[in-house]
Amino acid sequence: MRVSFTVNGRPQEADDVWEGESLLYVLRERMGLPGSKNACEQGECGSCTVRLDGVPVCSCLVAAGQVEGRDVVTVEGLADFAEQRAEHGGCASAAPGSCGTSLDAARRWEARPADSQTGGDTALAPIQQAFIDAGAVQCGFCTPGLLVAADEMLERNPTPTDADIREALSGNLCRCTGYEKIMDAVRLAAARQGEAARR
Amino acid sequence: MDFLRPASWEEALAAKAAHPTAVPIAGGTDVMVEINFDHRRPEYLLDLNRIGELGDWEVGEESVRLGASVPYTAIMDHLRGELPGLALASHTVASPQIRNRGGVGGNLGTASPAGDAHPALLAAGAEVEAESVRGSRLIPIDDFYTGVKRNALAPDELIRAVHIKKAAGPQQYSKVGTRNAMVIAVCAFGLALHPDTRTVRTGIGSAAPTPVRARAAEDFLNAALEEGGFWDNGKIITPSVAKQFAELCSGACNPIDDVRGTASYRRHAVGVMARRTLTWTWESYRGTDGTAQQKGRVA
Repeated sequence: MRVSFTVNGRPQEADDVWEGESLLYVLRERMGLPGSKNACEQGECGSCTVRLDGVPVCSCLVAAGQVEGRDVVTVEGLADFAEQRAEHGGCASAAPGSCGTSLDAARRWEARPADSQTGGDTALAPIQQAFIDAGAVQCGFCTPGLLVAADEMLERNPTPTDADIREALSGNLCRCTGYEKIMDAVRLAAARQGEAARR
Repeated sequence: MDFLRPASWEEALAAKAAHPTAVPIAGGTDVMVEINFDHRRPEYLLDLNRIGELGDWEVGEESVRLGASVPYTAIMDHLRGELPGLALASHTVASPQIRNRGGVGGNLGTASPAGDAHPALLAAGAEVEAESVRGSRLIPIDDFYTGVKRNALAPDELIRAVHIKKAAGPQQYSKVGTRNAMVIAVCAFGLALHPDTRTVRTGIGSAAPTPVRARAAEDFLNAALEEGGFWDNGKIITPSVAKQFAELCSGACNPIDDVRGTASYRRHAVGVMARRTLTWTWESYRGTDGTAQQKGRVA
């Protein structure tokens, strides 16, 4: 079957999608967006977390056909998504179309030059920069899912307690860091977000 | 495999009538796992995501009509007052990502003995609204679970909603697992005080082939509370009564040994949870302990 939906602000189509295929598979294998990671395929690890109509979900548990006509944001679009949100002074996460990239902005979208170096000229979402600065990345496999989940929490709750952070990230497993530096990164992003808002 | 995408509830019922083997998929948090692991290859998947009314709820005089696809997140955020037991249970479901997708309809459809909603539904009192092209019926929750992952639905029926009695008194929910998130219950226990009818109802999860009530324990406790005038005098529950209640709850279990725990551990833990949830709810009913509602929460 054919499935059409919006990914990171751009309309996308996938053909010959098997009916039992997951959104994760379509993103990774058919749309060339391997940022969302495939680990457990049962919703345990959160590595495949994306925003579906603004809501964080495990993309491995969403059937591709269920996404028809809907709006998906992956880690690849997180920097643009965060930038748009900052420009519009935050956004209501649930309403499709109100978040992410507008159709108009999407038409003007151009890939930015980027290299594999962290930072560099590539614009990062504040949460991504905070993960780098806090040293919250080790093997990096869990990082995309954590970024999407943490970014969504900071959108909802700009001043999270440690308990709020732990709860929001409880569906994302990391086997390297012991989570402490991930906690540091989210606290750092929250503090920077607060400073930016006060300015 | 065919992917059916009905745009309305009527279309969904027609599709289920035409293809009784079709597997309904809403949140996908059970169905997709089975497909991803090749444990299941249904002939038809029946997507319910386009049917908006399944995500709505109505708060009535006596009960809440909870749409089958209302996500656990919404129950926690909006129905904590009306359905405190179910809200606590919802908070123990997996992770935020899963709670954003999964709902009670799927829990009932799967009818796993480990489903987190079941003890809360049994304790509160509920009816499952099942519908087919032949018509609609309400199935009492006590008759709904018929076996391990078996329920009372006919092949052409879909779950439209669950009617859950609004709380008239304190409710509690407790679950044993290795951490606060992402755990399938080793065992779980729900308890609701119903001061309006002067009864206590229970629900046990993961400790029998189906979710069950501890009927003998309820009968014993109801009689003891009545006899001692507890509902009126608001006295502290006699420790011997609580102990006997806990033992009878343990006795209502029919657990197995598995990777998550042994049968004897489950029996023991259900007794502990029964005593604790009774104490928490009763203290809350007596009005002496304002924090009772908080204790069962997952931090």
